Amino acid sequence: FGEEKGDSEDSELRFATCQSLWSKIKAETEQIQEDLNKQLFDNLVSFLRQSHSDFQEKTTEWTRGMKPREIPTAALVLGVNVTDHNLTFRSLSEVLQNNITPYIALLEAKDCAGIKNLMQKLMGQLMNCHIDEDSLEDEDYVQVSQKRIRCSMTTLVSWYESVTKKTDSGTPSKRTSPSSSHGQYPPVVVILKDMESFSTKVLQDFIVISSQHIHELPLVLIFGIATSPMMIHNVLPHSVSSLLCIELFQSLSCKDHLSTVIDKLLLTTQFPFKLGEKVLQVLINIFLYHDFSVQNFIKGYQLCIVEHFYSQPLSVLCCQLEDAKMQANALSHGQCENVRRLPSFRRYVESQVSEKQIALLTEDSCLKETVQELLEDLQVYHENYVSVLRCLHVFTSFLPKHPLGKQIRELHCTCLEDRVWETEEYESSLQLARMLNKSDLVTMLQQCVEIFVSSSGKGFDKIVEKLKEFLTQFQQLEAEAIQEQDVSVSSQKELQKKTDLYHLQKTLLELKESRRCKKLTKFEVLRFEVVDYIDSLVREYLVPADHKTLHEVVYFNTASVLREHLNAAPRIALHTALNNPFCYLKNQTLQTDGGGISNKAPDICIAYRLHLECGRLINLVDWLEAFSTVVMAAEGPKADAASSAQDDDVIHARFIRAVSELELLGFIKPSKQKTDHVARLTWGGC
Amino acid sequence: MPNLEHPAYPAAKLLQLESLVPCRESQVSLLLSIFGEREQFSFPSIFIYGHRASGKTYVMHTLLNTLQLPHVFVNCVECFTSRLLLEEILIQLQRYSEAEQSSHVPCDTLNDFVRLFKQAVASRELQDQTLYIVLDRAEQLREMEANILPSFLRLQELTDTNVTVVLLSEIVWELFRPNTGCLEPVTLYFPDYSIGHLQKILSQNHPPLYSADFYAAYINILLGVFYMVCRDLKELQHLAVLNFSKYCEPVVRGEANERDTRKLWKNIEPHLKKAMQTVYLREISSSQWERLQHDDGEPGQLKGLSAHTHVELPYYSKFLLIAAYLASYNPVRTDKRFFIKHHGKVRKTNFMKKHEKTSNHLLGPKPFPLDRLLAILYSIVDNRVAPTANIFSQISSLVTLQLLSMVGHNDQLDGPRYKCTVSLDFIRAVAR
Repeated sequence: FGEEKGDSEDSELRFATCQSLWSKIKAETEQIQEDLNKQLFDNLVSFLRQSHSDFQEKTTEWTRGMKPREIPTAALVLGVNVTDHNLTFRSLSEVLQNNITPYIALLEAKDCAGIKNLMQKLMGQLMNCHIDEDSLEDEDYVQVSQKRIRCSMTTLVSWYESVTKKTDSGTPSKRTSPSSSHGQYPPVVVILKDMESFSTKVLQDFIVISSQHIHELPLVLIFGIATSPMMIHNVLPHSVSSLLCIELFQSLSCKDHLSTVIDKLLLTTQFPFKLGEKVLQVLINIFLYHDFSVQNFIKGYQLCIVEHFYSQPLSVLCCQLEDAKMQANALSHGQCENVRRLPSFRRYVESQVSEKQIALLTEDSCLKETVQELLEDLQVYHENYVSVLRCLHVFTSFLPKHPLGKQIRELHCTCLEDRVWETEEYESSLQLARMLNKSDLVTMLQQCVEIFVSSSGKGFDKIVEKLKEFLTQFQQLEAEAIQEQDVSVSSQKELQKKTDLYHLQKTLLELKESRRCKKLTKFEVLRFEVVDYIDSLVREYLVPADHKTLHEVVYFNTASVLREHLNAAPRIALHTALNNPFCYLKNQTLQTDGGGISNKAPDICIAYRLHLECGRLINLVDWLEAFSTVVMAAEGPKADAASSAQDDDVIHARFIRAVSELELLGFIKPSKQKTDHVARLTWGGC
Repeated sequence: MPNLEHPAYPAAKLLQLESLVPCRESQVSLLLSIFGEREQFSFPSIFIYGHRASGKTYVMHTLLNTLQLPHVFVNCVECFTSRLLLEEILIQLQRYSEAEQSSHVPCDTLNDFVRLFKQAVASRELQDQTLYIVLDRAEQLREMEANILPSFLRLQELTDTNVTVVLLSEIVWELFRPNTGCLEPVTLYFPDYSIGHLQKILSQNHPPLYSADFYAAYINILLGVFYMVCRDLKELQHLAVLNFSKYCEPVVRGEANERDTRKLWKNIEPHLKKAMQTVYLREISSSQWERLQHDDGEPGQLKGLSAHTHVELPYYSKFLLIAAYLASYNPVRTDKRFFIKHHGKVRKTNFMKKHEKTSNHLLGPKPFPLDRLLAILYSIVDNRVAPTANIFSQISSLVTLQLLSMVGHNDQLDGPRYKCTVSLDFIRAVAR
């Protein structure tokens, strides 16, 4: 931030604003995560509670003796977004630590190449966690080096016995410590983070071993599964899986997770910072196309925030309204100029009367006042925008085929992009909305009323009133419809009396006609009214953000920067570096107009350019020839015969070096098919 | 039925033993005659093999315990290194001599073991009795150092003490035989239990609340359903316990008495069939099954593990997987025909494709280079795909998910080769 073009105190302020904003957002996302996982964790906790509830109880039931004890196992299906799992597991182990047991081991496949490593890791974690709990008594454990402990299950069992005994005979003061809340025999939980990556043999051995000791050691396994629970059967043979008592737990799908995050972070007025349409699209695309990782999405969001505060000098105003007003008052002259330079502000100025224009452009105080007003406007706009967007989403999500998208994020993108009412999809969805049946319409209206009532916006009283009016009208209609039905029933009775075919036909036609007319007059008219009203709401409130003045302050819209940062393209970068060294070296002499190969470029670039022109097998002699031609082009005729021999050697050496560098980069490799040839490994433009 | 007779042991003990090991009397008597009397030197090593759950471990355990023969019982899976194994034996030996509770001694090599073993035996003053070392799941010994198995086979000779090593395994001796220094053990085969045996063993342990006949009838029904698919005694016992409460239900409610076998059979049979499809395959866990019985709910609500086959994948991962599948199961020479537009020979390709598909599926997936995978990917995705780092990282994440597998060396940077490991059904689900 320091070397930014703006003045230094501003940049510091911006940094502080950015920091506070991010910390708020971070807290919010963590909260979301916690809420989403709560259900899952609750289930898991109750499963663990009862899994070993009968441990060490001296039951005389005959079933006890006969049933082979199975290891309680929770199969936790978490979805393919492996990057998010770490966080989930961390919070899971925290939850377990607080509620169930202090003995938790988290195992990862990369640490457990063999059963020996696995046991070592397991024991290390279990015994260490024990030390953490009451470190005063067990100093001697620390001194015992890892190697000295016999890493076998028997050691673990005796350790467990000693630990439980100790808590059992503990002093009253110790009873109050968290360990007492775990019950007398807390289970030992072993979490295998990535079940898929464990080698089958290790897993089988581990399960067999632990099943031998299940009577002495209340062990619970938790498998983290990324793909599908069928995995377990693929990995474990029946003889091993019969030792497990598997229960399935499914976490929320990551798509749902994302929509909650978007809902809570973007579609709210809580945070002043907003994402522009293109940026949001980039982030969502990365999520959907590549990794399904909500963590990465949030990281991208963070990057947007940082980038925005870094590149936009006016981002000082991007904070809560009251602070923003204060900031606006304290704007320096340079900052005022920045405001005047904003395209959206210029548009605003041009729409004013001429005296006002002059005042705005010359007097800072006038400008500041206007900026405050505009900021307030923007805030109100956002409040209204969110509510109306939700309302519209209620309507469109009901429609068949979802012309405006199923998720609210898609709708949000469309609205940000352009005037939504000008799009074809909007037209068609309105068409469809005009054909909705009554019960759907009523429920939608009720939902809309709820949205508006719960939202913080001020100007919604009227809207709510209007919607409620619609609702009562529908109810009236219903009442009338009942009466009408009575009428029709009676007419049908009449109909039964008549036996004449001609008359019958006639009355039927009449009935049909009358029914159609009535509907048109009552229900359909009302329906049209409702749809038109919604349409008017949309036109009023869902104006795209870049039509608003000062939107640059809070919207981040440079998607290209983001794409550059998040969509790394190593091959393309390498190609540009070698093909056009100017791009990275910024040396004026290297600037070329595309076609020719400059001899000033680094050797490797020349060699690369030349090799692009070759086929699959490259003759080294020809390549050297071409290389020396390019290099010699500058020196030209002045070189005399004596020095040329020496020059040749130098060029030869330079060439060999360039070629070996290319080999190192993986563009070519030595070929055995032909002597003095190398094979090209890459094809195409990049 | 051969009654167990042996001069060395009291008849009461033998009778007790006989009641504890039903259907294994002949093996036990054979073992007893091999063992001889307490002081007599026995064979240096005995190899017992038989199928899973044919009572090897159980018989050895009860035999040694009821006759109170000094023994050491070690599971070789648990002691995954030779050091652990040897130390475990020594620790168990120490337990016999309560007086001397020395801290555990490190024992890294077999040489140390022999020395320490001699010491332990001498200090226990048990030289006059045969000591039995039972090594369960002995097939694991083959994976330890080469000298472990031969030296266990001739431990008697090495330590010069009265010791007999008993190896228990599920596989035949021929697969064990080490190259050098091998002393042929006495091999003993435990045959599978027949249906009659199973019936007898299972009904032996009847619940105290019900009569033995009633339980035997239940076992009969159970075996009728499950014998076709499962002859594993443990598994059958497990199933018997799980489903017994359901069987008793009509009796408890008073709708039928214990003799009313036909009615009970009608009640239980569909239930058992359901159990065969779910619990036996571990589709749903036994505790869930018990809960289900308790609530009397439909198992339809509880989806088994295999019901959740669908895997959600990111957009490009799906295409990568499909491309990998195509690359694995289509020969290279057809690529040009399948993936380049306007090739013109539609009819012929269709015929060829059908013909080759079947044979290729029987052959299994073939490895393919990374370049080919990417080339196919570019041709099957409609819009342009930039070869960003994201795509490459998705390939490696598919490998960690075990949907693809890397062929050859892991550290090979140029031209890694992959294999697609998912089935046609899975790909169909993904491609939808």
